[in-house]
Amino acid sequence: MGNREALLAKIAGLDAEHAKALAGGGPKYVERHHKRGKLLARERVELLVDEDSPFLELSPLAAWGTDFPVGASVVTGIGRIEGVECVIVANDPTVRGGSSNPYTLRKSLRANDIALQNRLPLVSLVESGGADLPTQSEIFIPGGRAFRDLTRLSAAGIPTITAVFGNATAGGAYVPGMSDYAIMIKDRSKVFLGGPPLVKMATGEDSDDESLGGASMHGATSGLADFVAEDETDAIRLARRVVARLNWRKLGPEPAPVEEPLFDAESILDIVSEDQRVPFDPRDVIARLVDGSVFDEFKPLYGNSLVTGWARMHGYPVGILANARGVLFSEESQKATQFIQLANQSDTPLVFLQNTTGYMVGAQYEQGGIVKHGSMMINAVSNSRVPHLTITMGASYGAGNYGMCGRAYDPRFLFTWPNAKSAVMGPAQLAGVLSIVGRQAAMAKGQEYNEEHDAAMRRMVEAQIEEQSLAPFLSGKLYDDGVIDPRDTRTVLGVCLSAVHSGPIKGADGFGVFRM
Amino acid sequence: MTPVIKTRLIKTLLIANRGEIARRIIRTCNASGIRTVAVFSDPDADAPHVREADFAVRLPGASPAETYLRADLLVEAATMAGADAVHPGYGFLSENADFARKVQAAGLTWVGPEPDSIESMGSKVAAKKRMAAAGVPTLPELDPETVTEFPVLIKASAGGGGRGMRIVREKAGFADALASARREAESAFGDPTVFCEPLLEHARHVEVQILADTHGTVWALGERECSIQRRHQKIVEESPSPAVTDDVRKRLFAAATAAAESIGYVGAGTVEFMLKGEDFHFLEVNTRLQVEHPVTELVHGVDLVEWQLRIAEGAALPVEVPEPRGHAIEVRLYAEDPANDWRPASGTLHRFHVPGDIRLDSGVEDGSVVSVHYDPMLAKVIACAPTRRAAARKLATALESARIHGLITNRQLLVDILEHDAFLNGDTHTGFLTEHDFTRTFDPQPFALAAALAQAAGRRIGHLPLGWRNVRSQQPRARFLFGEEPVEVEYDPAQATPDVVTLDLDGVRTPFHVARYGDLIEVDSPRGSVTLKVVPRFPEPETKLAPGATIAPMPGTVVRVSVQQGDQVEAGAELLVLEAMKMEHRVLATSAGTVTELLVEKAQQVNAGDVLAVVAGKNGDEQ
Repeated sequence: MGNREALLAKIAGLDAEHAKALAGGGPKYVERHHKRGKLLARERVELLVDEDSPFLELSPLAAWGTDFPVGASVVTGIGRIEGVECVIVANDPTVRGGSSNPYTLRKSLRANDIALQNRLPLVSLVESGGADLPTQSEIFIPGGRAFRDLTRLSAAGIPTITAVFGNATAGGAYVPGMSDYAIMIKDRSKVFLGGPPLVKMATGEDSDDESLGGASMHGATSGLADFVAEDETDAIRLARRVVARLNWRKLGPEPAPVEEPLFDAESILDIVSEDQRVPFDPRDVIARLVDGSVFDEFKPLYGNSLVTGWARMHGYPVGILANARGVLFSEESQKATQFIQLANQSDTPLVFLQNTTGYMVGAQYEQGGIVKHGSMMINAVSNSRVPHLTITMGASYGAGNYGMCGRAYDPRFLFTWPNAKSAVMGPAQLAGVLSIVGRQAAMAKGQEYNEEHDAAMRRMVEAQIEEQSLAPFLSGKLYDDGVIDPRDTRTVLGVCLSAVHSGPIKGADGFGVFRM
Repeated sequence: MTPVIKTRLIKTLLIANRGEIARRIIRTCNASGIRTVAVFSDPDADAPHVREADFAVRLPGASPAETYLRADLLVEAATMAGADAVHPGYGFLSENADFARKVQAAGLTWVGPEPDSIESMGSKVAAKKRMAAAGVPTLPELDPETVTEFPVLIKASAGGGGRGMRIVREKAGFADALASARREAESAFGDPTVFCEPLLEHARHVEVQILADTHGTVWALGERECSIQRRHQKIVEESPSPAVTDDVRKRLFAAATAAAESIGYVGAGTVEFMLKGEDFHFLEVNTRLQVEHPVTELVHGVDLVEWQLRIAEGAALPVEVPEPRGHAIEVRLYAEDPANDWRPASGTLHRFHVPGDIRLDSGVEDGSVVSVHYDPMLAKVIACAPTRRAAARKLATALESARIHGLITNRQLLVDILEHDAFLNGDTHTGFLTEHDFTRTFDPQPFALAAALAQAAGRRIGHLPLGWRNVRSQQPRARFLFGEEPVEVEYDPAQATPDVVTLDLDGVRTPFHVARYGDLIEVDSPRGSVTLKVVPRFPEPETKLAPGATIAPMPGTVVRVSVQQGDQVEAGAELLVLEAMKMEHRVLATSAGTVTELLVEKAQQVNAGDVLAVVAGKNGDEQ
């Protein structure tokens, strides 16, 4: 199989996984939902965003590889509403009534983070049966953050808008309650702390849904609803009108005129090696990502296992760091550190193109200060204040994942290619290390080392690590914001760069102490 | 009768008309070095004919009666602007002998026949008698009181344009038709006189163009066939007629010349006949330039307006009548809906362009507003070719390729007529449009797809791909209205292209030109043209007044009760007035209906939410 065929097969696999998320709760529940005259979560989102505008769905593979359905019963993403880029969160009521499981929570909280970090208004389309009771212990306490986030967004001047399509009861009632704007739908929305049975138990009062939490009641009596919509479409119309009247202004600089790359995105598929051990030149990828394929390389002769340089993407200036031959040496670390500082000086967002097997090991390199230099790079990445966008193009192993702005280093967005792998080290290396350690332990105890067991252990460990380092697995754990078709990378980065420019773009004033 | 010989040179001409004919006359004047004076009603203030004339005089008002039919104002305008001649065009006052006299009395040259000639042909009853006396074949006149042979045609003596005209096929209903024709004639022409003739079915309308000078030369300048009519008004005209043989032509010309000579006719005029087989009968004389004169001009290579002016100046026609060459067909493009009882359309014509090797006599241009006050004819499109079929093809293609945006027109019908086998075979008659079915089913889908793709192209943000999704859950759809019919299409925004969308239709690449005006989308392609209306994504919620009983909006005192139980009220009618916080609040009916309950009286205190009155809808439902 050639590079292209291998990657196309991976992309086809990705499409199949996405299809699971799109299927929601399956045909039966989808049909039932439609029969009730209701729209699916993604239909609501499609109606909410501007026609023919791009919509970047986030974390579509959340909960992949867990007991919960792929997608985690919620749709999140970045879309344009009346020309304003917003974070959109929509419960999928066809999946177990839209109830929240631990992955729903992680996915929603990630969307909140994106809204806060990038200063994007948050629009929630709520219809949820509340917490998934069997896993309530993993949801209840951390889940309080969801409401905290809403009001912190508001305090940060980021509007929050909630349209209630069905139930938002008990804790869920605080979603409209904590939002700047609340829209409810006549005869559909139900928002109360306690329903009729609970009220009966608590106070003996006889009541009904409408008087406790109907839209008309909230619109005319409690005032919790700012707008009462006629139906779902009308609620979405009202949400759009609210956004239109936010008088929203982005704070980042305007993009320059855009030039398309000279090379077709399609040919990215030919570049990426099928065998991860074979490095590829990231300049070939960069030429397909940046405006006019113009890339001004910085320090091209020094530390050339890492490529650094300046370019524009969709008109936005960026600094790019891309691994060229996997390993990071001291020179590469120092080059990266300087480059990150320069980007912060000029308030230029950074794009990390990961394909790294980690920092170099060995006596020569330890003595040369690889720990010091690696630390410098990680320090720079950690304290850099310009927006970071990370793409995992291939390998992302060891501390290389950290230095190249992996998930823990808070890139504003992180997307993975379907061929990518990430782990503390490669499966074979990890298994080999375990084998050596085991052999040494046996020798120390004077025991015979069982080679048969060793081989079986290595096979098992290798298989497990391999499985856990694959893109869907990592995406399922919310370690990225989605797995993307490599051909879409420029578009994804364009959407993200535009989104990060909703907030101000400002570099760091200081870094931690650099060990010299 | 001694013709008045004029020797005056016309230097400045007032055109007592509007629209395409005014522009047509200006064209000839420009070529001849004659200055022109346009007149305009208020709605026509920005019309092309006004701009194209050297001078223009306002006729205050909008209706023809206030403006283009005001002989006094027109003569005054001519005098004011220093005109030395008046051309009446067609319609309006063109066949009004009094107007012609007023023009002459003011010392101006009247471009047309003598007022007496006009008058002698004004009454159809009298004209017919006179023509019969001159040996022109006429149909027997039936006495309306004793008619027994049906079908008959009732016509207004003073009429034209189909008004006061009735076809009656049997005795029953004749009296009613006669009475209504008289009423219509009275109201349209101020003369209730009608007459009856046997109705000729499957007959053709054939007319002869006459050009006569003041020196006694009379030209019969070819015939025109104008059989294809809607509501007794011509829409397709051609020269020569496919049905006129050399022998018939000879007789037609002789009859027409005799008719003109019998009334001492001077200038351009038309003698109309009904032709059935080899027989023809006199219909009427039009003592003016005809709408359809361009077909004669193209076939004979003459400028009839130029000759009108020259004859008015006293010039003599050459003895030799110009020979016809080739075949010309004219269609009248109307802003009207053929599928909807020819209902005229008015509004803004956003774009008007007819390409091709055709002659376009139009009164409008891009952005013209077609008003309700005048005839909705937009233009005459005329094609000339060596053969009749070639002319028909050229004309049909030009019409198909035309860009006519903003108003519904009869364009497609005209194309369908020109391409109809019966038409191409020359099998035309005055019942052509009733005999053949021109309703057509049209698949708007490809047009809607093109509209959707062009619309999407206008929504591009920066360079991001249109409608891009990393996870696609549904294909974008666009909704339109094609007339009343909803049309929905799925499209791929990646295919979006502005303005010209090329679609592969069953292996054939076909361009669609898309133009948008507000919520109106016009799609033109070699497959035809379609108008679509954008269906808004979110229907605006209707202003819904709360249904049911009328309740007090706030606590207060009733200071006035404006209705009584049992009253009929319209929506928005005042029911009563409340005073609260020193302010009066009118309580209005939320819908039309009957006040079935009135629960409060004057000075009564009410609380917010109290029911004040109940208004029941017309069918008794409580609203």
